[in-house]
Amino acid sequence: MNPDAATIAAGAPIEVDLTPVAEGQDIKVFWRGKPIYISHRTKKQIEEARSVPLASLPDPQTDEARIKSGHEQWLVVVGICTHLGCIPIAHEGNYDGFFCPCHGSQYDTSGRIRQGPAPANLAVPPYQFVSDTKIQIG
Amino acid sequence: MSGPSDYQPTSPALKWIERRLPIFGLIHSSFVAYPTPRNLNYWWTFGAILSMMLAVQILTGVILAMHYTPHADLAFRSVELIMRDVNYGWMLRYMHASGASMFFFAVYIHMFRGVYYGSYKEPREVLWILGVIIYLLMMATGFLGYALPWGQMSFWGATVITNLFSAVPYFGESIVTLLWGGYAVGNPTLNRFFSLHYLLPFVIAGVVVLHVWALHVAGQNNPAGVEAKTEKDTVAFTPYATIKDLFGVSCFLIFFAWFIFYMPNYLMEADNYIPANPGVTPAHIVPEWYYLPFYAILRSIPNKLAGVMAMFSAILVLAFLPWLDSAKTRSSKYRPLAKQFFWMFVVVCILLGYLGAQPPEGIYVIAGRILTVCYFAYFLIVLPLLSRIETPRPVPNSIADDVLAKTGSKAAPMVSTVIAIMVAGGLLVGGAQSAKAEEGQASPPAQKWSFSGPFGTFDRGAVQRGLQVYKEVCSTCHSLSYVAFRNLADAGGPGYSPAQAAAFASEYKIKDGPNDQGEMFERPGRPADYFPSPFPNEQAARAANGGAAPPDLSLITKARSYKRGFPWFVFDFFTQYQEQGPDYVMAILEGFEENPPAGVTIPEGSYYNKYFPGHAIKMPKPLSDGQVTYSDGSPTTVAQYAHDVTTFLMWTAEPHMEARKRLGLQVFVFLILFSILMYFTKKKVWANAH
Repeated sequence: MNPDAATIAAGAPIEVDLTPVAEGQDIKVFWRGKPIYISHRTKKQIEEARSVPLASLPDPQTDEARIKSGHEQWLVVVGICTHLGCIPIAHEGNYDGFFCPCHGSQYDTSGRIRQGPAPANLAVPPYQFVSDTKIQIG
Repeated sequence: MSGPSDYQPTSPALKWIERRLPIFGLIHSSFVAYPTPRNLNYWWTFGAILSMMLAVQILTGVILAMHYTPHADLAFRSVELIMRDVNYGWMLRYMHASGASMFFFAVYIHMFRGVYYGSYKEPREVLWILGVIIYLLMMATGFLGYALPWGQMSFWGATVITNLFSAVPYFGESIVTLLWGGYAVGNPTLNRFFSLHYLLPFVIAGVVVLHVWALHVAGQNNPAGVEAKTEKDTVAFTPYATIKDLFGVSCFLIFFAWFIFYMPNYLMEADNYIPANPGVTPAHIVPEWYYLPFYAILRSIPNKLAGVMAMFSAILVLAFLPWLDSAKTRSSKYRPLAKQFFWMFVVVCILLGYLGAQPPEGIYVIAGRILTVCYFAYFLIVLPLLSRIETPRPVPNSIADDVLAKTGSKAAPMVSTVIAIMVAGGLLVGGAQSAKAEEGQASPPAQKWSFSGPFGTFDRGAVQRGLQVYKEVCSTCHSLSYVAFRNLADAGGPGYSPAQAAAFASEYKIKDGPNDQGEMFERPGRPADYFPSPFPNEQAARAANGGAAPPDLSLITKARSYKRGFPWFVFDFFTQYQEQGPDYVMAILEGFEENPPAGVTIPEGSYYNKYFPGHAIKMPKPLSDGQVTYSDGSPTTVAQYAHDVTTFLMWTAEPHMEARKRLGLQVFVFLILFSILMYFTKKKVWANAH
């Protein structure tokens, strides 16, 4: 009952062009049926993500560990709440990050869980920068 | 099923079969000669009611499966086509959908009865555990079936519930992938859910056979909780129990028919009339009412794994009931303390159900935690403790003594508890409804509709004018893709003739093809064609409308609702108020205001609407006075346009409503007469047994 060959093949890596995403904007692409948020973060958002003391986080992880170095402005996360799988809404909640409408989990500008029942940070999918303006997810 | 039968067939054909397969003897000894305690009350008829419900679900389900397409792109439409095109398809689907609720309603009464009268105690432990297994199978089947219409609640319910398994340490993710057959809930998930939903009812039927077998070996428990000893304690299953069960079943059918014919969407979520969209989560995901207590337990525990474990143990603890409660006295009738705690437990379950439908915030979370503790305390502390410290009242010597000692005074407290439970049950159901709506909104004013109430019909003039408004105004942006031109000539619709419908269709250009040259071409519409959509696809619709795709209007009056709140939803059950959708649609059409009130800012490209959740709507004010010219002299005002187009959209959402209500009346007359007949037959049959 595991995924069949066609499903696996359809889950192959995809390339996303980042040029049209302006600063402060974000886009949602689908990869393997999952929504992937790609946020072009502002200076302020990056600052917010980096100024939080790690000890205060439920699932401690630095912002640096969640992005690709040299591309600080780009946050790429799987838009699936780690609680029960709903899709959080971007740019909502108390932390300027993501807010899950189902059970009220709130994530910050680095996609880390800050408040609510979710046990973990939003997952970072496997991806790499093909060029400065293009990433490959998967 | 209780030993060799003394059944003697008379006809030679029956004798011939009986010597080779003693099936008639088995039926005779199990359902005719089988001795049942003579003091059983009506709570015992729920066994028969449940057997009937299982049969109803399997029968309607098998026919529905003949018309259903288990594919993510087609499932929603195929269900809608069942409702519209299949002969009596609307009735089959409503029977099956509300039948699931009725099935659970009956099983909860059956289970509470078992707890109250100690029916799980020695020698009926296996019987009880088989019952718990049936209940688990029912929950699985209900959940799988809820996913099949592939609406928003189906999709997100399936996502949330399958994600419960991701709480399992180490293997969680692989288990979930295995359940999905992909990387997310999708087409493979729907396919396997359909397969399993078809399979499990037959597994249930098999376990029910074991359940009945175990019942007939141990014998039925009874309200006095003493075993039948002599002939005087029992009566033959047929005619005594059969006729009593038939009366119980016919009364239950009246209740069932109330939902099928008059309140078919009362227990359903409006969101499930919106096709599944993996990119949008509904504001509140609420399971069906029968899972709510367990959902409340899940949410009241802040840790994910612990929450999932608590939820499953809340069900599994039932299987250990025979050993948790070791009191010798079975029936709570003779256990003064256990009786009190039993009713408290019932209230705890109902309140948990209410909380399960509320948003998980503030006081609801705290109350949920307290009640979760109460729920487990009943099984793990109260029952084991009571069986040690309680002094039960003396039980009657025999069932016959119990019957003779019966007094009339017992009926009064019973009635009051039934009323109390009905009110609390109404609260639960209403909680389920209210949970999905946004708070802090002005409620749409209730309108007068020609189609409301048990005898409601569509106002033909209004439907025709509404069609005109749709064609001249709404159709520039909104599709109506479930309605075909031929439907305009259907009975119970706008009342056009087939020729008029064909003429109406021919005014449209329909894309067809490819032709012999392999090219698409346009031709005039035919009655079998569906209303063409204004945009080729959703993306185009979104791009042309500032990012918000105008929704399809075919189902809009059923796909939108608003919070009714307590106590209105209780009254709604009795008044058959079903018009939240039309009231909301009409309120939206009339709710535009030029200038938003002070303190409300509306983003660029949006418009202020008093009744829209959040108030910022992307649709500009669609109607203005005098915009559409009516030929029948009706006032050309926004109020009249809104009323007409809403009536039309109620017809497109529920095209067989008139047939449904008409058939409902006939069914009601029949069922009430049948119940009265059954009641007097039962009295006559039982006259010599009391």
